[in-house]
Amino acid sequence: MSASDKNTRPAPEPVQVVKQRRDRALQALVSGIPYVQFLGIEFDRRGDELTATLRYDPKLIGNPLLPAIHGGATAAFLETAAIIELGWARVWSDVESGALDVETMTPESLPRLPKTIDFTVDYLRSGLPRDAYARARINRSGRRFASVHVEAWQDNRSKLFAQGTGHFVMPEQNDGADAAARDRG
Amino acid sequence: MTTSENADRQARIAAQFIAAIPHSTALGMQVQSVSGGVAEITMPYDKKLVGDPATGVIHGGAVSALMDTCGGAAVLCHDAGPIGTATIDLRIDYMRAATPGQTITARAECYHVTRSVAFVRATAMDEDTGRPVATATGAFTVEFAK
Repeated sequence: MSASDKNTRPAPEPVQVVKQRRDRALQALVSGIPYVQFLGIEFDRRGDELTATLRYDPKLIGNPLLPAIHGGATAAFLETAAIIELGWARVWSDVESGALDVETMTPESLPRLPKTIDFTVDYLRSGLPRDAYARARINRSGRRFASVHVEAWQDNRSKLFAQGTGHFVMPEQNDGADAAARDRG
Repeated sequence: MTTSENADRQARIAAQFIAAIPHSTALGMQVQSVSGGVAEITMPYDKKLVGDPATGVIHGGAVSALMDTCGGAAVLCHDAGPIGTATIDLRIDYMRAATPGQTITARAECYHVTRSVAFVRATAMDEDTGRPVATATGAFTVEFAK
């Protein structure tokens, strides 16, 4: 908590202010990653819940005969959904508390992203030439390690075309913006 | 067919196969060699593949795509002679960040093929070949001509 003790309950923030702050934070987290831009991955947000979208593009095709999305593109999509979910969970409280200032937030000022230790993808169906969606669930997130599961689907939420599980090393808490935020008090 | 004719045929098919994969060409992959169930494919460093803007390190997903492509190529050039393949699962272990600016080379070996499944292991290296960047194991479907 900040040092300024409040005697009166502050008025709730206007909803637009809240949404803009969260969307800017998410944008800063995602927009700085060239490979995510190259693949065409976007994130939708409902509160703190994220859904990743892989916009279909002919360059994602791995089997032109079927045609089907390349397994590597699918793997990258799932891994990205997992990493952003972890990064997002990590910055959420600082964004909400104002410890991370979204006005001046850039990809460089954000905490470092987690590093992948291992990632396993199950290919359940071939990826069709259309948009794909993914949601990640953090099953365990400790100080140093995290385990994340990701589900990806296309037309039907209940018919997954791929799922993945990965383990990640979380960045040191005193890295980058985390430390800067603490220094600012 | 003689052994060398067979090898030539396989090398040609595999090279054409990779060249026909839009995603692999979009990532700049180049087939170095394919024969006897072993494939080697390179992916030159490119800024669009960067996953961590702070360090310039290539995104793990791009390495996954390289491993997946290389694994599929290894299956297709196996002596059992499959005509089609698709990934069932692929696990990648990331040993270290690839050095920014360096080409990544993947080498995949298809070490066993059944009537329906091929088993593959792969390694990715940058120019420091003594220390792998990542290793992978995968299972792939196989189709044979009827």
